[in-house]
Amino acid sequence: MKFDAFENYCYTRKAIGYVARKNATIDDYRRIGFMSGLEVHQQLKTKEKLFCNCPAGIYQKPNDYDAEIIRHMRPTLSELGEYDGTALMEFKTRKEIVYLIKHETACTYEIDDTPPFKIDREALEIALEIAMLCKLNIVGEVHITRKQYLDGSIPTGFQRTAILGVEGELDLPNRKVRLIQLSIEEDSCREVSDIGHRRVYMTDRLGMPLIETVTYPDMKTPDEVKEVAEHIRFLNRSTGKVRVGIGSSRQDVNVSCKGGTRVEIKGVSHNKWIPELTHNECFRQWALLHIREKLLKQIPDVSQWKIETKEINTHGCKFRYLPIIQAIKNKNKIIAVQLPYFRGILSHFTQPGRCFAHEISERLKVIACLEQPNMICDEDIENKEIASDFKQIYPLFHATENDAFLIFWGPDDDIKTAIETIEERCKLAFKGVPNETRKALSNGTTIFERVLPGPDRMYPDTDSAPIPLTNEYLQKIAQQLPVPLNKRYQQLIEWNVPTDTFTYLLRNNLVPLIEKIYHELQISPKFVATLLAHRLKNIQGKYKHKTSFNFYMVYEMLQFIKHNSYSLSLAHILIKEKYLHPEMDFDSIMHSINFQRKNKDEILSFVQLLRTKFIPLNPKKEKLKKHWIMGKIRPLAIGNVEMKEICELIEQ
Amino acid sequence: MAEDIFKGYKGRALEILKTFNVRVWGQAIIKTNRGEFKGTVLPRAENDDDMHIVVKVATGYNIGIDVSTIISMEEIGYKEAHYKIPEKEFPINPKNPNVKLFGTGGTIASRLDYRTGAVIPAFSPGELYGAVPELADICNITTEKLFAVFSENMGPEQYKKLAIAIGKEIENGIDGIIIGHGTDTLSHTAAALTFMVQNPPVPIVLVGSQRSSDRPSSDAALNLIHAAITAGHGDIAEVMVCMFGPTSDEYGFLHRGTRVRKMHSSYRSTFRTLSDTPLATVSRKDGVKPIKKEYNHRRKDRNVIIKPYFEEKVSLVYYYPNMQPDIIDSLVDNGYRGIVIAGTGLGHVNKPLYPAIERATKKGVHIYMTVQTLYGYCHMYVYDTGRDLMAKGIVPAENMLPETAYIKLGWVLGQTDDREEVKKLMLTPINDEITRREPYNGYLVYQGGVPEVEEFLRKFHK
Repeated sequence: MKFDAFENYCYTRKAIGYVARKNATIDDYRRIGFMSGLEVHQQLKTKEKLFCNCPAGIYQKPNDYDAEIIRHMRPTLSELGEYDGTALMEFKTRKEIVYLIKHETACTYEIDDTPPFKIDREALEIALEIAMLCKLNIVGEVHITRKQYLDGSIPTGFQRTAILGVEGELDLPNRKVRLIQLSIEEDSCREVSDIGHRRVYMTDRLGMPLIETVTYPDMKTPDEVKEVAEHIRFLNRSTGKVRVGIGSSRQDVNVSCKGGTRVEIKGVSHNKWIPELTHNECFRQWALLHIREKLLKQIPDVSQWKIETKEINTHGCKFRYLPIIQAIKNKNKIIAVQLPYFRGILSHFTQPGRCFAHEISERLKVIACLEQPNMICDEDIENKEIASDFKQIYPLFHATENDAFLIFWGPDDDIKTAIETIEERCKLAFKGVPNETRKALSNGTTIFERVLPGPDRMYPDTDSAPIPLTNEYLQKIAQQLPVPLNKRYQQLIEWNVPTDTFTYLLRNNLVPLIEKIYHELQISPKFVATLLAHRLKNIQGKYKHKTSFNFYMVYEMLQFIKHNSYSLSLAHILIKEKYLHPEMDFDSIMHSINFQRKNKDEILSFVQLLRTKFIPLNPKKEKLKKHWIMGKIRPLAIGNVEMKEICELIEQ
Repeated sequence: MAEDIFKGYKGRALEILKTFNVRVWGQAIIKTNRGEFKGTVLPRAENDDDMHIVVKVATGYNIGIDVSTIISMEEIGYKEAHYKIPEKEFPINPKNPNVKLFGTGGTIASRLDYRTGAVIPAFSPGELYGAVPELADICNITTEKLFAVFSENMGPEQYKKLAIAIGKEIENGIDGIIIGHGTDTLSHTAAALTFMVQNPPVPIVLVGSQRSSDRPSSDAALNLIHAAITAGHGDIAEVMVCMFGPTSDEYGFLHRGTRVRKMHSSYRSTFRTLSDTPLATVSRKDGVKPIKKEYNHRRKDRNVIIKPYFEEKVSLVYYYPNMQPDIIDSLVDNGYRGIVIAGTGLGHVNKPLYPAIERATKKGVHIYMTVQTLYGYCHMYVYDTGRDLMAKGIVPAENMLPETAYIKLGWVLGQTDDREEVKKLMLTPINDEITRREPYNGYLVYQGGVPEVEEFLRKFHK
């Protein structure tokens, strides 16, 4: 019987009951036991970094740096005497980590040549404010803890982080979501590249203050996860003291399915990606559980299972697959691997367009530092032409129909780790879903990033003293809290503001502005809300360019209109001009749009004139007259008289 | 004594723990008027206040709970942590050189001490192998803990013990010696050993770490690897300090024990050879690569000379403008026999000190002048001040570093009090504590020519 890998992929996709997200119902998620929680990271808007006096929020370009520094990371024991799994994995990869330093944004602290300075009080207070808004139990003393990261994203090898509160609650409009904790921490480096054994980082973002809000895994559908992520973002922004813009807030999303394990999707910077990512991850786990069942049935004794490897003499074989030919040219070693009883597993569906073989290839890239393409298997779902290449391999082994084969290639030094990595990943399949952190791709799928660290990577920071939080200090901070988000929702409803504006208004923290305009200028919140969330949003979408426009200019604009007793409809015109030319003052803008001051009578006299000018081509369409006149009169009337009034006058 | 089940707690915090019968390492539910907390009670550092209880929560983070907010506590479990570096038997390979590692209290691998919040060094060969397995490929290591003191507590007594222990090891045929040492006074010990252990046939390498070994980016492991390569395979049979060359994890410098100084409070590449270039570089890839052409080579013989002498009544005085003569007088009145002055510029102090200096010399106190510029020579003929001072009995110590001069004067006065003999010993270099020439690049490295150095830093790993 001929085995067709692509057919097998399609068949297994169906067999596990995969449905595309657009067709998925709540019952599908119940069936596979979708469960998800969030870790929301948010940068705080402070002048300086968290543990040193470098400025925060200044970014450099990857090729703009003053010095390079090299570090290697070595695992250390946790406080409870254990080595962390991730740490050991990273140690195996033997990466050389290069930091690109710029004088302006990094001092000796960033490169771990100086102990930390005292924690930035501005950051601590903003974080406590948010902790209080999340109704967390605030700790009595802040203990700075080191969280090991051996990937090099932090030059010390750990992130300094501290819990400010535990056990909180978010008030969403339709339900409550429980929080595990909120911590304050230093941001990590930005990665420039990661090729082979060399990983490059920039240190500009390193050390910027960040908070992490962690929810319980209470979310039961992908859309719920996104909704909660949005809520936390709005809540953080309601303080007006957090950074906005690309990369300033990032989510780690934890997902598991029934019988699966917690897998963390790292660094999701757009909330709109969350539903697709969580949907696919949950089904990936569901697929891995099916793979486990199959393997346990296919393999007589999993405890004895092992792979067979053979180095291929490249002179004796003729390969047609291009990457192998290239690898031979590069003087790489070519290794064939027999995976006993794995027939039908390598091409088993895991994610849309991906199968189990990808799980192995991704680990080869990350752990053994073999750049992709790094392997090919005889169940490749895209290449059918590889069959002839594998035909040369089979005779090297005692192969049976139940076995699967793969060929990988790489530099001599990395072969040992690569073989261990392949065997390890296959053996993990007997257990089900490995604990991993995964990297989000924009198509909604994920790839392996590293082994998921546990509590063993935590260690008290011996370089800093605990910081007591007295009742008096906390009371002082409590007095400056913004209005809670659920009150803001209520306010919007009471003001009769259309619900389709809520997201825009909360995302940009505009309710306080609307409230100010309402109180000080007596302009209806509904008018201002739609001016912002409909008109301005539309303008922003249409003219995507850099502008120094800020929302406070809307207040100034409305104040200008009020003081000069213009009619409010002028706002719709002015806001576009101001957005496009924020440096112009309003008088100049009025001039540039050729505004002419006219009183009501003058405008009415035009109406009379226009009445006489309207000669309908079709006498039956007499009622078009009103619209025609309105159209002609609009440019004159706007700013002088409300159009509604004109309309009434024409009808008289 | 009953076992302390409330490790580090005192005062009000201790009372609360006792009231609710909760032990350290007990898992507790703590109700407070800031809400409920759950976790394992951890020991508290002795010097922290008595107003908080430290708890490790499920996510691995530590938090402190204000005892004045506690309403109740309940112990629901107990799990004591055993913090231990995994110990594996150090594999002996007969083809590898044998190296002795003496411990003085520095940190190579370390674990946490809850009582003080500090880190305790791991030391046995098994522990070292568990932490730095690469060592086994380089040499066979045996260890001996001579003392467990912080670097700042090292002194004459330790120098002498160390010198004698080194002498014994050399007699017994060791191939190289490593001394683990805190970095603060590493160079003082290096100078002392240079004078006390003369003509060694094998490398004697002092090593420490600047960034504690409980961090993944620590320099401890690489420094130790470099020291093992130097001690086991290097050809330089001298007392050396082996520490990071650049701050990057690339290569180490080997510095002569008499010319080296710690120049930054926390930087990895803090040790610098002053007024000279380092002896050599050492790296995993290239081993020991000499920079200096002349050095003492490794030998087969065991003809080492141990001179464990030290006079403790010696002082180092750092001159500052407006220094009063009573500073010198009080040293003399307290029975000090030797004074090293770190003077300004080419080796100067102010006039009001002259009578005190004259009086000291008359009382038989030996006074040597060094420069607080650290780089360069004492040139006391250039100005009248210098000539006046020499006339009053001060001896210029050429380009000896102030700390080295202090150690040497202590060592010399431990052997003789004869004025001429002291002077002869002081000014006859044992291993480059005084150099006849100063290479131009000894001063220039990293310091001269700003645009060029900037370019250098951009191009090469710092």
